[in-house]
Amino acid sequence: MGVGIKVEHLDAWFGKTQSLHDISMDIQGSHATAIIGPSGCGKSTFVRCLNRMHETIPDARVSGRVRMGELEVYNGTAAVQIRRRIGMVFQKPNPFPTMSIYDNVAAGLRLNGFHDRRRLDEVVERSLKLSALWEEVKDNLRKKSGASLSGGQQQRLCIARALAVEPQVLLMDEPCSALDPISTGKIEELIFQLKEKFTIVIVTHNMQQASRVAEFTGFFLMGRLVEFDRTEKIFTTPSDKRTEDYITGRFG
Amino acid sequence: MRTRFQQELDELRTRLLRMGGLAEQAVDRACQAYIDRDLARCHMVLEGESQINAAEREIDELAFDLLAMQQPMAVDLRFILAVTKINSDLERVGDQAVNIAERVMDMVELPKADLPVDIARMSGAVSAMVRRALESFIEGKAELAQAVLEMDNVVDRMRDEAFITLVKTMNDHPDVTQQAVDALLIARNLERVADHATNIAEDVIFWVRGADVRHNVQQDNLGQETRRVTGV
Repeated sequence: MGVGIKVEHLDAWFGKTQSLHDISMDIQGSHATAIIGPSGCGKSTFVRCLNRMHETIPDARVSGRVRMGELEVYNGTAAVQIRRRIGMVFQKPNPFPTMSIYDNVAAGLRLNGFHDRRRLDEVVERSLKLSALWEEVKDNLRKKSGASLSGGQQQRLCIARALAVEPQVLLMDEPCSALDPISTGKIEELIFQLKEKFTIVIVTHNMQQASRVAEFTGFFLMGRLVEFDRTEKIFTTPSDKRTEDYITGRFG
Repeated sequence: MRTRFQQELDELRTRLLRMGGLAEQAVDRACQAYIDRDLARCHMVLEGESQINAAEREIDELAFDLLAMQQPMAVDLRFILAVTKINSDLERVGDQAVNIAERVMDMVELPKADLPVDIARMSGAVSAMVRRALESFIEGKAELAQAVLEMDNVVDRMRDEAFITLVKTMNDHPDVTQQAVDALLIARNLERVADHATNIAEDVIFWVRGADVRHNVQQDNLGQETRRVTGV
């Protein structure tokens, strides 16, 4: 089961520029939460703070508290331990181009010292099934490279790679923005199924996508969380005028 | 700013108001035809029906296109949904006006009877409800729409009174039974127009506040229901 994430008074900076201001948010476990907002509003920075990716940028820093289940993300826990529990999928599919499909999925496990061949086979198959790619690639697991797949398949491969290390949370930063509508539909269907087992946080510019896949939606503007509520509330009767203006296209 | 989309929403609003004007005019004409036993007005109502029906189709088409092409959200989505429902109610207001006009055409064939029912007063109240419901749409004001909801009880009472007195008339004066039945049916038509005005007002409240107040129940944003207290 996916765990909940509790964010309290989170601030983030790039050098002297503050990019997130006092964000507090309760992300429910085993649900999908969408983060929307105009470009530069801080939504990607926010998700990168959840798995401590933000701090990998020189001069970037974070303050505040993030708890993932019982685990303190920032106080005393090693970043690698956090990232093992939080998988991430990016805008552009990024399979390891020289590796086979099998090796792409197994890469994370091998990196963690996991080499039992039979166990690896099981995990690769389970992960590819979870990412709804198994039927399309099962006959060419070791023959084909990840880069030979279509864009949509590559993205599902990246999801399988993230799932292989059995994370509790899956962060998705605009996972469909480079995909055609059919591949987008498959990823959305996948998100719908995966959220039973994992907590999903998805950053998207596509508001229809947010409304289709997420139970909760947060609207960010200029580094602040303007509104966070159930998705149907956000897209039908938002409480804040700024949210309404953004989702109805009156600004941005 | 989605300028073209906003222009199309304005166009939808303008067309619905034009349609509202036609429906309102049809009811006024039909009621005046009853009062004056005026066949010419009855014909005007019948001829106007096709215009109302055509307007209904055009508004539905535009709303359908906007839903498909613009994927509206929040207040815009509520607006378009409200327009489609108001559109349907206005078309039915037009139908009720036609029913009244046809009834009047039957009545003028019969001797004039002095009936104890004030259709003029009832039609005045109903017309006011339709007008105010449309005003609440023009202004986008839920308070105006709320006032329409409260007027509905007054018209319901008028209809009940008309039924009681007209049934008594039929018993006491069987020779005017047909005229009394016609008047009774007109009272019922008017009461239905008032119901459509109420529906329009409810749709305006839904558009403006995002609250569902149908069937005397107010649903707040959290989906919790509370009974609406009517003022009358």
